[in-house]
Amino acid sequence: MPDVAVIDYGMGNLHSVAKAIEHVAPKAEVAVTGDPAVIARAGRVVFPGQGAARDCMAEIERRGLREVIVEASRTKPFLGICMGLQVLFDHSEEGDTPCLRLLPGRVLRFPDAAMHDDKGKRLKVPHMGWNNVHRMMEHPMWAGIDDGARFYFVHSYYVEPATPDVVAGVSHYPFAFTCAVARDNLFAVQFHPEKSQAAGLRLLGNFITWEGK
Amino acid sequence: MGLAKRIIPCLDVTAGRVVKGVQFVELRDAGDPVEIAKRYDDQGADELTFLDITASSDERDIILHIIEEVAAQVFIPLTVGGGVRVVEDVRRLLNAGADKVSINTSAVVNPQLVRDASDRYGNQCIVVAIDAKRVAGPEPKWEVFTHGGRKATGLDAMAWAKQMQAYGAGEILLTSMDRDGAKIGFDLELTRAISDAVEVPVIASGGVGNLQHLVDGVKIGGADAVLAASIFHFGEYTVRQAKEYMAQHGIEMRL
Repeated sequence: MPDVAVIDYGMGNLHSVAKAIEHVAPKAEVAVTGDPAVIARAGRVVFPGQGAARDCMAEIERRGLREVIVEASRTKPFLGICMGLQVLFDHSEEGDTPCLRLLPGRVLRFPDAAMHDDKGKRLKVPHMGWNNVHRMMEHPMWAGIDDGARFYFVHSYYVEPATPDVVAGVSHYPFAFTCAVARDNLFAVQFHPEKSQAAGLRLLGNFITWEGK
Repeated sequence: MGLAKRIIPCLDVTAGRVVKGVQFVELRDAGDPVEIAKRYDDQGADELTFLDITASSDERDIILHIIEEVAAQVFIPLTVGGGVRVVEDVRRLLNAGADKVSINTSAVVNPQLVRDASDRYGNQCIVVAIDAKRVAGPEPKWEVFTHGGRKATGLDAMAWAKQMQAYGAGEILLTSMDRDGAKIGFDLELTRAISDAVEVPVIASGGVGNLQHLVDGVKIGGADAVLAASIFHFGEYTVRQAKEYMAQHGIEMRL
């Protein structure tokens, strides 16, 4: 039984997530797996993802992973990363894609009309690079991480939760958008902790010791 | 507060060593790629770019092992380019630990590769590298070159950048061939022209000789990130010094 299952559904670079976890928790058994039975038995679950929402959802369905993802998100420490945050919501504007409906809200594209800074300079999409993450709640996952610490982002869509009580962190580009959510044993982030150097490794380390409540 | 501009040290790798040339020739040994990557990570590099400049394809796999080793120790984004010809090459690099793959010559030879790779893995991991050279004439104009700068394509750099964005490039790595290794600063007019032409981020490359050049690349050229090699490899400046200098000049940086 692995301590940590990193869900493999064929979308993106899962090895960097696994390597980062192994780095912060050398004794943990980390499995990169698409096997529902292994995911079901794991102590905690990381749900990463890159690429397009429609493809991610299609692969989750094709590999029969929906049920085990939903179950894990309700029962054990669960960390969503990037697309693994976005598809937790009801619906994504990207490809007009129905998602997992674990959290109420939708996923929107950064709107062209809003993409300029206060000097009128155009802002690029994807939102790519290191941005400040401001915490919106106290949470064990934020332990030892400065409020406003920079994490690495790369995305063109962002989540808009229907219920503000799940918002754990926000960033600005150029408006405030939700970059971290938390509810019970679930924590999910838009940024890439596995690529965010010390702050990111600390967040992953926190996940390894988090009890999920 | 907000999105920081990025400094990206670039490691040209051949036969398992980091080298640096001047205008794509005259290679000089700069050291072991894994050691150099760790040093730049310690100094606060925002990303790292590896360009595999190996000429022969039978040595191609060396870069995969290097990337695997770096990715196990360095937890910032890694871009890898050089010799990417088919979607399978993209997959292998991503699996080895690359976060983004840079496509240059093959994008010109087979633009559909950019579209296919982007559709499969997402545009966030597809960088199109453009080597551009100024064309003499009354209007500012640049031509795209391939094969490590040896082959003219007849393509206009600005039109090409727009086309590559439309095909699914998530970022443009723009190198001025006129400036590469010359240490006289970026071609700022080129950088500005391309940055204004596309909505994806642009990395300025080619010509950095001092820290003010980095500032100019962002402030005058409009670059979202700046890439440099020689000034870091041979110990003239640390990445941290460069970031502090840019921050002192009013640029948002991760310090």
